[in-house]
Amino acid sequence: MSGRVLVGVKRVIDYAVKIRVKPDNTGVVTDGVKHSMNPFCEIAVEEAVKLKEKKLIKEVVAVSCGPQQSQETIRTALAMGADRGIHVDVSGKDYENLGPLQVSKILAALAKQEDAQLILLGKQAIDDDCNQTGQMTAALLDWPQGTFASEVSLEGDKINLVREIDGGLEHIKINTPAVITADLRLNTPRYATLPNIMKAKKKKIATVKPADLGVDLTSRLEVLKVEEPPQRQAGMKVETVEDLVVKLKEAGRV
Amino acid sequence: MFPASRYSCQAHRCVRLLQKIKTEHATPQLYTTLNRRACSTVSTPRITTHYTIHPRDKDPRWEGVEMERFADEADVVIVGGGPAGLAAAIRLKQLANKHEKELRVCLVEKAPQIGAHTLSGACLEPSALTELIPDWKERGAPLNTPVTEDVFSILTEKYRIPVPIVPGLPMQNHGNYIVRMGNLVRWLGEQAEEVGVELYPGYAAAEVLFHEDGSVKGIATNDVGIAKDGSPKDIFERGMELHAKITLFGEGCHGHLAKQLYKKFNLRENCEPQTYAIGLKELWMIDEKKWRPGRVEHSVGWPLDRNTYGGSFLYHLNEGEPLVALGFVVGLDYTNPYLSPFREFQRWKHHPFVAPTLEGGQRIAYGARALNEGGFQSIPKLTFPGGLLIGCSPGFMNVPKIKGTHTAMKSGMLAAEAIFPKLTAETLDSETAGLHVPEYAENLKNSWVWKELYAVRNIRPSFHNYFGLYGGMIYTGIFYWIFRGKEPWTLKHCGTDANQLKPAKECTPIEYPKPDGKISFDLLSSVALSGTNHEGDQPPHLTLKDDSIPVARNLGIYDGPEQRFCPAGVYEYVPLDTGDGMRLQINAQNCVHCKTCDIKDPSQNINWVVPEGGGGPAYNGM
Repeated sequence: MSGRVLVGVKRVIDYAVKIRVKPDNTGVVTDGVKHSMNPFCEIAVEEAVKLKEKKLIKEVVAVSCGPQQSQETIRTALAMGADRGIHVDVSGKDYENLGPLQVSKILAALAKQEDAQLILLGKQAIDDDCNQTGQMTAALLDWPQGTFASEVSLEGDKINLVREIDGGLEHIKINTPAVITADLRLNTPRYATLPNIMKAKKKKIATVKPADLGVDLTSRLEVLKVEEPPQRQAGMKVETVEDLVVKLKEAGRV
Repeated sequence: MFPASRYSCQAHRCVRLLQKIKTEHATPQLYTTLNRRACSTVSTPRITTHYTIHPRDKDPRWEGVEMERFADEADVVIVGGGPAGLAAAIRLKQLANKHEKELRVCLVEKAPQIGAHTLSGACLEPSALTELIPDWKERGAPLNTPVTEDVFSILTEKYRIPVPIVPGLPMQNHGNYIVRMGNLVRWLGEQAEEVGVELYPGYAAAEVLFHEDGSVKGIATNDVGIAKDGSPKDIFERGMELHAKITLFGEGCHGHLAKQLYKKFNLRENCEPQTYAIGLKELWMIDEKKWRPGRVEHSVGWPLDRNTYGGSFLYHLNEGEPLVALGFVVGLDYTNPYLSPFREFQRWKHHPFVAPTLEGGQRIAYGARALNEGGFQSIPKLTFPGGLLIGCSPGFMNVPKIKGTHTAMKSGMLAAEAIFPKLTAETLDSETAGLHVPEYAENLKNSWVWKELYAVRNIRPSFHNYFGLYGGMIYTGIFYWIFRGKEPWTLKHCGTDANQLKPAKECTPIEYPKPDGKISFDLLSSVALSGTNHEGDQPPHLTLKDDSIPVARNLGIYDGPEQRFCPAGVYEYVPLDTGDGMRLQINAQNCVHCKTCDIKDPSQNINWVVPEGGGGPAYNGM
């Protein structure tokens, strides 16, 4: 076993920023807007670094797909403890159309290339909320998947996982190599402190193009329109139940 | 002072005595317990948990926690990534590269990315930029909107009196550019990286470090991983120490480290106290038909009365879309505690001269920041062993022109030029371990910055007369326009802004109109637009030296002015759970780092310290 873990990190618009739809309704304004690492990806990086600190794995490789600025996100992962980074350079129209299917193909290709034992991802990205990349990657590689993980422990060449599901907590045991996606309560990510950022500047980030990995980026989806959610209408207060029924009848609801 | 009926004479004496004591670290703890014991009728829920008020070496929760810090050496450390700090960094590296010397210049900035905490009108005078980077146009500096029209008005409630802008008046803008300062600062950051400056956004300088001989050794960045109640979390990590031969402090208006340095090195003993204003700003995408790119509008008068300094600005940008930058400035020497700068701004937008521009438009950004108004009279001593002050931190704003960026940048450049020969000299000629460079202050005194500030020094103080605004305008007309500021006297300011508030019972509450949701808005939706956020589980960075003073004094005498002057809704007086009495609730997560509370608190009890780096507003081209 190579002892190598691939961690996917995505650069997204910071969660506290109020987003605005572009005037031409093709997407949201991203120029100059504050971006940061997807919170679930931070949790994935933290888990990978913890595994390395426990000496259960040997190397953590941070991967991000996107334009030049994605390298900042990889640097943050390096500052948190990843050993090296891979920046898959995707920009322009390709980047606008980049979705879970393309990213999974890229991750699958990298996993084979890097001989990864484990792929750790966030369960979903906060900009598109797809929750698909982990599952698709596992399918493409024909690997077991442990999604919504709230506890991960390695036992020999198997992984014990606790999953947060609608009904409660599910305990499963899966073989390696595997894909795990991190849920909120898996851990509390450490800060990327300044001395670590300075050290991270010396760690390597390799740049590759999707074509080098043999990945076709064409999207099967076409975005027709992006618009703001409808304005929430003010509610109405009524005094009695009779009034309520009258109002409901007026609105055609009863 | 405190109403005698509520407290016994003993408590009265006790509190008066304690208020005289300078609040260093140990005394506030003593002082609050004494205060609480003496005034047993009032129980104050604990608000402040920050270690600058409750030191960790006496706190049992911190026993055994590793407090060693990692340290690194640079030649120069610059605190603050604004126009002054970046200009100084760029100039230093330009000189180093030209003379083929190795120079490690590190810049720390609390914003998560360079430009995210920058807020300004702004009409930029490009003089300093051209001196720093003569080919700024070819390099793509975002100066895209030359000023084409300059309009000045005095507003009354319904009408507008136009004031001609004749050449020679300070507010004339010919040759200047309307810029989105955040974008310019971001561009300066890119230029700095190109010449080899090490930029570290997201890391706040939290502490000044000193050598044994008392000179400045450098700074330490903020600790991370402290919980809201002040205890260490699992992910606690100490900040890092950055040592340097000399440290430049460019924190902007009312910097928190500068506040400490003034005390430590007695830098303010021969100057007047700084006076300030608060500037609130919004960006609007307006109807194309109303868009007049390059148009600059300023107004004074309504809704402020003639004794409250302030005015508005509205600039039409020309960057491909119908965007206007508009805002309102209120001098913080106002006397009525019921005044709310935010609500004055919102109601100004409804004036018949302003509202038509905004009708049919959409507000896309909001923010606020304090700015300097003290000018020449308030410039402190600028250099001390191991460091110096640049930019709006000491304060070089030309108030009638409402421009401070060009002087800030020039001060940064002069600092770099004064430091460079001393840093690269064969032998480090210094009496103290940290370099002292008084040449910087000398060079500044011989530069156009000094001449410019001297010429306008009497304009702002001339407003302190019975006729207020009108007296000031007449003074400006005579002594600036005709006599170019050469009059032999220098008028004084009125004292600190914090001392100007009158007790609430002597003032009338102001009836503000409700926001209509189309042109004017409520505070919380505005704060959301600033994108501000902080890690929730950390001690509030708005620290109180004494937790009981807000209710006792600020609310008791002044009706809680902080709930009105804070442009982000940080301070709220809410009823106690027990039903009787109020308590102060500090919503630190809303803070936009404007520093107004630290300036205007009549009790000077609020001490703004830097929160975990990366927190604060997320301005985009403000």
